[in-house]
Amino acid sequence: MGAATTTVPRAQAHHPDPNENYLKAERGIMSWIYTLDHKRIGVMYLVSVLLAFLIGGIFALAVRLELFSRGKTIMDADAYNRTFTLHGVVMVFLFIIPSVPAALGNFILPIQLGAKDVAFPRLNLMSYYIYVFGACFALYSMVNGAVDTGWTFYTPYSMRTTSAVIPMVLGAFIMGFSSILTGVNFIATVHKLRAPGQTWTKLPLFIWGLYATSIIQVLATPVLAITLLLLCLERFLGLGIFDPKLGGDPVLFQHFFWFYSHPAVYIMIVPGMAVVNEIIATFSRRAIVGYMFVAMSSLALALLGFLVWGHHLFVSGMSEYATMVFSALTFLVAIPSGVKVFNWVATLYKGSIRLESPMLYALSFIFLFTIGGLTGLFLGVLAIDVHLHDTYFVVAHFHYVMVGGTVMGFVGGLHYWWPKITGKLFNEGVAKVAWALVFIGFNVTFIAQFIMGSRGMPRRYYDYLPEYEIFHKVSTIGSWILGLGFLTMAVMFVASLIKGQKSTRNPWGSAALEWQTPTPPPLANFIKVPTITRGPYDYHLATEEELSEK
Amino acid sequence: MVSPDNFQLPEQLSTGAAEVDDLYMFVYWFSVIFTAVIVAVMLYCIVKFRRRPGVKAEPVGHNLVLELVWTFGPVIFIAILFHLGFKVYVHNAVAAENAMEIRVRGRQWLWEFEYPNGTRENNELTIPLNQPVKFILSSDDVIHSFYVPGARWKRDAVPGMYTNISFTPTKLGNMQVFCAEYCGTSHSGMLAMIHVVTPEDFQKHLDSADKAPEGKKPEEWGAELYKKNACNTCHSIDGSKMPGPTWKGLWGKTESLADGSTVVVDENYVKESILKPQAKIAAGFTTAQMPPFTLKDAQIDAIIAYMKTLK
Ligand code: HEM
Ligand SMILES: [Cu+2]
Repeated sequence: MGAATTTVPRAQAHHPDPNENYLKAERGIMSWIYTLDHKRIGVMYLVSVLLAFLIGGIFALAVRLELFSRGKTIMDADAYNRTFTLHGVVMVFLFIIPSVPAALGNFILPIQLGAKDVAFPRLNLMSYYIYVFGACFALYSMVNGAVDTGWTFYTPYSMRTTSAVIPMVLGAFIMGFSSILTGVNFIATVHKLRAPGQTWTKLPLFIWGLYATSIIQVLATPVLAITLLLLCLERFLGLGIFDPKLGGDPVLFQHFFWFYSHPAVYIMIVPGMAVVNEIIATFSRRAIVGYMFVAMSSLALALLGFLVWGHHLFVSGMSEYATMVFSALTFLVAIPSGVKVFNWVATLYKGSIRLESPMLYALSFIFLFTIGGLTGLFLGVLAIDVHLHDTYFVVAHFHYVMVGGTVMGFVGGLHYWWPKITGKLFNEGVAKVAWALVFIGFNVTFIAQFIMGSRGMPRRYYDYLPEYEIFHKVSTIGSWILGLGFLTMAVMFVASLIKGQKSTRNPWGSAALEWQTPTPPPLANFIKVPTITRGPYDYHLATEEELSEK
Repeated sequence: MVSPDNFQLPEQLSTGAAEVDDLYMFVYWFSVIFTAVIVAVMLYCIVKFRRRPGVKAEPVGHNLVLELVWTFGPVIFIAILFHLGFKVYVHNAVAAENAMEIRVRGRQWLWEFEYPNGTRENNELTIPLNQPVKFILSSDDVIHSFYVPGARWKRDAVPGMYTNISFTPTKLGNMQVFCAEYCGTSHSGMLAMIHVVTPEDFQKHLDSADKAPEGKKPEEWGAELYKKNACNTCHSIDGSKMPGPTWKGLWGKTESLADGSTVVVDENYVKESILKPQAKIAAGFTTAQMPPFTLKDAQIDAIIAYMKTLK
């Protein structure tokens, strides 16, 4: 005991100044590799998911290009089947699932709570490396024959195919752990590290969304892990679980798979909705109407997400009873989705609205998610789903929610928090052009898919009948506009990094807590621990100085 | 309500299709109106409440009644939607009493149909007009899905179990069949055609299943059978690489087999390869690929005649 007084505390001897900007507090590549700072881990995630988005996007453009004309355009059937599978796997497991929570959430969540870091910083770093490790398996599979099963790995096809299913499945299995650990970390952080005065009813809705997401991640992902493990065991050892040749049941696999993957679609969309709350509040200078209803609707989505997996199996040969129950439950999802849309629109009413690029993405989210949700109604109506299932209509539906929803939310959030993260401003004019291209390109691509789908065009088709050609052509052209939009955005962000103007503390004039600390935030997030006296959206209580954009 | 040339939906070719389409159009118009209202309100707000110097946003109050209305109000609407969807679904799912039963077997990558009298046909099925048909589906390998857009019906063909769908064709002509569950390389080539004909023509068709169509040379019929039986999803005729050996220059050639021996491609080898594909495997190809085909001798002869023309 006595010896402790004679040694200089390590923290003071080696540790950087906690008030120094987090980007400058420490230097050198090692200071990133070993960092425990949630902001730097968030940035590393951000770089990784953007890379994944680029790869997944290239696969997407290749798929669309192949379908530009009938027969062979640029690749043969086997290559096509691999390309659409890789597109799905990369977008779902490497991009969308970690995009908002692990990248933006890691950076913003502790700051919004008024905390110094997440509850378990080492676990946070570990979950990043687990993600990278899993991604390596996926990459290994890609260069070694890839996978041609679709991202759903349905048995018994995934048992028979000669493609590299095992490494890919192991990759998804490993990345699942990363997702679980992030979820655990966030739940603990929200419960334990709120700043003085930061009560549950003052939490930003971004946090409520991530909290709900974390619950799903922790509860659902283990089921995916078990399912994928069984798949590997069956392929290695010939256990008869899913393959009817060995006495297994292939439909059982679909139940297991969707028991995870349906909740997973809420892992994807709820964080997107969470971002939209923050943007709408800031750019309307107004609290989100129906705060508690919006917060609870995230939890309701998290719960309902566990009850509707069967709607992916309406035509699988499942019993008619189950079909009826799952159809009824599916419709309930529309309730919390509607609550969000209504409250967002109500927030605009009597607000003070500024249409800057983040807001354009948030408003696009509302529009596109509305279409995505409404087309979900078509699919929930049993008699209609029987016709539309596994056609391009379903493809368009889930792209409207996952791209029109989640990706718009993610990209909007990226614009919104970009100055906070990098300390730089970007060219707003170019950002608006990029937005317009993305918005137009997206709608052209996927409206064409709705129509060909309802006219009967099945999905995962290398070739098609002449009557669908016109729709495929339009869709492919749309994908070029969309690609150009993202390219423009990428150039704009890179230009901002290189020669962007220095951002002020609060360039959007927001009342939220993360904008009250210096930009970029100091290592410890705040110069002194904040005491929370008002909600994040209480513009009428915020001081002139807090809202100042200078 | 829906005209047959509705832009969004394929032509209605069976009983039940019209009811599905009416539901579709109901949800469609609801969606259009809902979206239009949301967009109109958003645009109104963006213009009316754009930021102006000196004008502040109005702080948000509480309006519990409004919240409760738009939270629980839609429950009534979705209950109605569920009810309608389920009703039509069940109605369409139940087969009529006097339905003709057709066995449908999915395999990578063709559909095999079996008529009640045991006659089999690949990728083509002929059924009489206004006759209820019950399709009993199964699969010999992986999951496929039997999809008939004209009837607004699909159902998976799952190995190890039977599933079924039924409908009554209401128009003479063709109904396209797709495979709607991804099943590997030639998934998109797994197409079939249902011909809806008069009862008299149906009887004629059954009687002549194993005879060459009138006025056709054997090799012409063979070329038709090559496509109809989906040989073309695995065997090319121009030498290009596919899951099975090309037929170009195959006839009379000495083929090396996987077990190291060789065989001359003659009538016996071709017949055996069609009926029992696993008996002799050509070197470089996998065993599991080709399913056995049940073709009549006359049909095999026609295919051989066609193969001979592929120099
Ligand atoms: C009002 C809300 C929604 C309803 C009623 C709804 C309904 C449905 C239904 C019934 C299906 C099955 C269609 C079929 O395969 O035949 C489906 C498929 C799908 N939905 Fe939704 N949905 C909604 C929102 C969402 C959201 C928020 C997401 C994700 C962010 C999403 C993503 C998907 C995906 C990924 C599929 C298909 C996956 C696949 O088969 O590969 N949906 N939806
Ligand atoms: Cu198939």
